[in-house]
Amino acid sequence: MDVTGLTAWGCRELLAKREVSATELVRAYLERIYRVDGRIQAYLLVDAEGALAAASAVDAKAPGERLPWEGVPIALKDILCVKGVETTCASRILKGYRPPYDATVVAKLREAGLIFLGKLNLDEFAMGSSTENSAFQVTRNPWDLERVPGGSSGGSAACVAASEAPWALGSDTGGSIRQPASLCGVVGLKPSYGAVSRYGLVAFASSLDQIGPLTRDVRDAAALLDLIAGRDPRDSTSVGLAEPVGVPDWGGLDGLRFGVITELGGEACEPGVQEVFSTAVDAIGNLGGMCEEVSLPSVTRGVAAYYIIAPSEASSNLARFDGVRYGYRTPQAGDLYEMYVRTRSEGFGAEVKRRIMIGTYALSAGYYEAYYAQAQRTRTLIRNDFARAFERFDFLISPTSPTVAFTVGERTADPLAMYLSDLCTIPVNLAGLPAVSIPAGFSAGLPVGLQIIGPHFSEKRLLGAAHALEQYLKVERVPPLSEEAAGSAASRATREPAARVTLEDREVGG
Amino acid sequence: MISREEVEHVARLARLHFAEEELVRLQSELGRIISYVEQLAELDLSGVEGTSHAVALKNVMRPDEPAPGLNQAEATVNGPVVERGQFVVPRIG
Repeated sequence: MDVTGLTAWGCRELLAKREVSATELVRAYLERIYRVDGRIQAYLLVDAEGALAAASAVDAKAPGERLPWEGVPIALKDILCVKGVETTCASRILKGYRPPYDATVVAKLREAGLIFLGKLNLDEFAMGSSTENSAFQVTRNPWDLERVPGGSSGGSAACVAASEAPWALGSDTGGSIRQPASLCGVVGLKPSYGAVSRYGLVAFASSLDQIGPLTRDVRDAAALLDLIAGRDPRDSTSVGLAEPVGVPDWGGLDGLRFGVITELGGEACEPGVQEVFSTAVDAIGNLGGMCEEVSLPSVTRGVAAYYIIAPSEASSNLARFDGVRYGYRTPQAGDLYEMYVRTRSEGFGAEVKRRIMIGTYALSAGYYEAYYAQAQRTRTLIRNDFARAFERFDFLISPTSPTVAFTVGERTADPLAMYLSDLCTIPVNLAGLPAVSIPAGFSAGLPVGLQIIGPHFSEKRLLGAAHALEQYLKVERVPPLSEEAAGSAASRATREPAARVTLEDREVGG
Repeated sequence: MISREEVEHVARLARLHFAEEELVRLQSELGRIISYVEQLAELDLSGVEGTSHAVALKNVMRPDEPAPGLNQAEATVNGPVVERGQFVVPRIG
């Protein structure tokens, strides 16, 4: 049996029945990574040594001493701090950075006994929709290696789709979990703003960022959310969830009202996406739910408001990268000002600089009122439109992405075209709502996702509905990715697993 | 539209430097992005309060109790240049 085809729940059950050891499980995933990641390029770092050591510690415990998820492997977007393990945000400016602490979500998973396989590629500082903005490598879509996996959590989505981990964590500021989940045919959940602590998530746009799961099915997404959610004194914007999501088990949608957002469907999306979306609408009807169109006029302004608010927050957050306390410093600088300028100009990539420029411009004297303040008021309109819609509907739905996965290089020359990839997902972040993307079908062989949006902190019901639809739609989850073409010996030689590096390895004061 | 002088001014504020050809490209890219976001100016938003956070929270307090944090060695371990527990920088100006 190929354990790498399992969900995380599947891994947990095999471990509980002692049909597989944690070491066997970790070895199977490492093998899979060596066989396919040469082509997918999802991982920036594979911590083989650390993962195997953690697995043998689990195997040494008596079954009665183990926690429910102990020994199940997971992979992390490389924007989450793991103590002593290089965390780069796919940026040259953080190359070599080894955080002296764990992100809260990482600490929670560690306490629950999960095993970290490694760190996953992303658009630099999570800024992008294709993972092409990584300073280190271009991740490929497992369904078609000529295409992007989406972004910015493209490494996380591709890794799960290619069975290089049972599940993964990503982060979502304007669609960075849901859009790649849609393009790679996996489940991606952006929790309500405040459900999950952002402590140790390298900040992009603090009022929008949320950490969330990318998984093979809805049950796994619920389980991973329950593992990471909670109020955290280290993130004063975190509030947690009122109750755990538990195991989603809805089999129908009787009496539930779904609003189909007019502005995010129809001609906003390509025909193949529209077709799959309409089969999802039919499915809701067949499950006893009711679908009706609802207009949220302000969401058409979402991308414009987002591209003021997110870069403004980013320009402020990224001021910390100055070559003083961590990360890259230019080798040549006469004085402090020159050190700042050279360090940042050499360390950041083009898209990050572009966004810092937009944000700095929007916040600069004379423009603040016209851009930033106006964008914040637009954000209020969007919030109000959603709130009004939720008076009439239990859930709102739209396609997750207006298109299927695009080809590598197709949108890199036109930043604005890339920004519009997140048309359907951005309004949800501006309103702070939870939303999940589930695979709904295929267009020309490429996955299409359905986005389901719920009211604030409605994750339990949201995932219940997603589960009912998932069971009904039964979308095939395995991309046609052969192992034999990998040349595993060759890829192993070129991609030696990075050894685990601890703080102790580094001389203090060097 | 955004002028070349404005691009240079914003770059200085952001502590970024661009080579000549980058500057030319950036001016046109920023111009396009700014004219796209200018659609917000068409909206009548008089009397609408701004939203800075999607979930309204006020005065999140916690007891002021000492707890262990990073020690000096841990806090400076990632510094590019560190001497005797301090970050070293080039001279100012």
